[in-house]
Amino acid sequence: MNGERDTSQTRQLSSWPRRLAEETGEFAGGKIDGTLAIVESIGETGYLLGSTLKWIFKSLFQKNVTFGRNALAEQMTRVGVNSIGIVILVQMFIGCILALQLAPTLESYGQLEKVADVVAIAIVRELGPLITAIVLSGFAGASIAAELGAMVESEEIKALKAHAINPIRFLIVPRFLSTVIMIVGLAVIADVIGVIGGLLTSWFVLGISPDAYMESTQNALVTKDFITGLVKAGVFGALVSLIACHAGMTVRGGAVGVGRATTSTVVKSIVAIIGMDAVFTAIFYSFGL
Amino acid sequence: MPYSLRFSIHSDSNSSDFALAKRESDIVISVRELRKSFPNDEGIDVNVLEAVTFDVHRGETVVIMGGSGCGKSTLLNCLIGEYRIDGGSIHYHTQQMECALDITESTEKQFDGIRKRLGILFQSGALFNSLTVAENVALPLKEHSFVDDSIIDIVVTMKLQQVKMLAHRDKYPAQLSGGQKKRAGLARATSLDPEILYYDEPSAGLDPVTSAAIDDLIMDLSKKLNVTSVVVTHEMDSAFRIADRMVMLDKGRVLKIGDRGEFERIRDADPRSLTNDNEKLINQFLNGYSEGPLTDAEGLSQFERLLING
Repeated sequence: MNGERDTSQTRQLSSWPRRLAEETGEFAGGKIDGTLAIVESIGETGYLLGSTLKWIFKSLFQKNVTFGRNALAEQMTRVGVNSIGIVILVQMFIGCILALQLAPTLESYGQLEKVADVVAIAIVRELGPLITAIVLSGFAGASIAAELGAMVESEEIKALKAHAINPIRFLIVPRFLSTVIMIVGLAVIADVIGVIGGLLTSWFVLGISPDAYMESTQNALVTKDFITGLVKAGVFGALVSLIACHAGMTVRGGAVGVGRATTSTVVKSIVAIIGMDAVFTAIFYSFGL
Repeated sequence: MPYSLRFSIHSDSNSSDFALAKRESDIVISVRELRKSFPNDEGIDVNVLEAVTFDVHRGETVVIMGGSGCGKSTLLNCLIGEYRIDGGSIHYHTQQMECALDITESTEKQFDGIRKRLGILFQSGALFNSLTVAENVALPLKEHSFVDDSIIDIVVTMKLQQVKMLAHRDKYPAQLSGGQKKRAGLARATSLDPEILYYDEPSAGLDPVTSAAIDDLIMDLSKKLNVTSVVVTHEMDSAFRIADRMVMLDKGRVLKIGDRGEFERIRDADPRSLTNDNEKLINQFLNGYSEGPLTDAEGLSQFERLLING
């Protein structure tokens, strides 16, 4: 009996370090695989950017290369025009929230009238482009990923290639250009609406007159605030469209795969947008912009 | 260059040599020792196609058949350049080409030139859902020809008339039945007047009447347009109706290549009278018997055999 118990205990003792080693190995292996997948995904998205830019340049300089003005107009409507309502709504709320959040602190310093300055700078430099890009990642990015994913699953992409039609030129370029162009336009709208949101809140809640608010806003803002904001918006748009197109074009596994692509587009886009925003902020800060 | 692609004819050759050389010069697609593998869940490469070799001659209809998972679709994807192959060669020799071109060594631009001479009918039709039927058919013409829109419209009308889909020209793919989608897909596949037409499971998912109508359409197009057709299918009725020659695949290997008559002989033979293992296997497949070397090779368990045989 004792002998049997000893053997069993020995087996248990010898098995737990092995199990620990196995589980550690599996965990480490999983992490390495995950990291490699991220690196691979970044590499593929970079390649997609290169190919997209190549086709854009080709279409500019070669007469026989076109990507379809109709397709571009259609995508601009889908990405931009259809997003205007939601961008206005969200940005109006952001303007109101900013004004109300800042008011008590500024009031304690006797600087309530500075609400307009802070709201304007925060909206134009940061929150206008950022919130627009995040809204667009959910609104247009997910839709692009789902559409392309469904096209992959229904063999439409394969059919394009079989007809010697390059899918990047035919599908990606119009989506990329439309997202970049329309996000800049949407960021301008977002800036204006955000400021109006702050103005209305300041007027009706904080008792600051619209004239005084607008004067402070004009004094606080300089051209570089707009330009840096719009440059950021353009880059965010490029990120959203590339991430969405990459996720859509690499869909595997039917409807589940399409669902996974849309979710990953939104998550990856938001992370990439905020990461890029941090990089931009650091660069602008270093150069005093 | 593969032996079958030596097209030179010696002046002192006799008539049979001349016929052979002429036959060889008629080769449009030449597949040699084609290999393709995919990694499994453990990352180990598993061979899906092993040393596949066959030729397709101008104007004939070749049916590639085999059970599920035998590598038919993979072979088709290799032929149309969707998959990069691991070994071997795929030569195309269309009428406008001076010599055969190995697509495994060609540039994307060179292969695009060949793609414009190919038409492909996908299993699902693969119509572009955002475009109408007419726009689907017009797309390859708009992309690859520089003719006026009014001429494209005339060509589209002709192509749709050919497949009896003119009445549905302004419908979107979502508004079409399975058979109509295949017809529209066929109209699009023939829009550039291809020399070679690939069909991926043309009868799959269709009722027998629609399936027969699609088969008639395939034969009609082959005759009228004088195209070379390669049909991937496991619908035996359809295969025997349309094939000039047949290629039987099993586990990624070519079991037999032959005329339709040869396969009909194997199909109609008593399995017990067949001595060749491959022929026994083909006989089982063609007749759809649940018992035989094909299912034995798949390693049915005793329990599965009991379930099938009762």
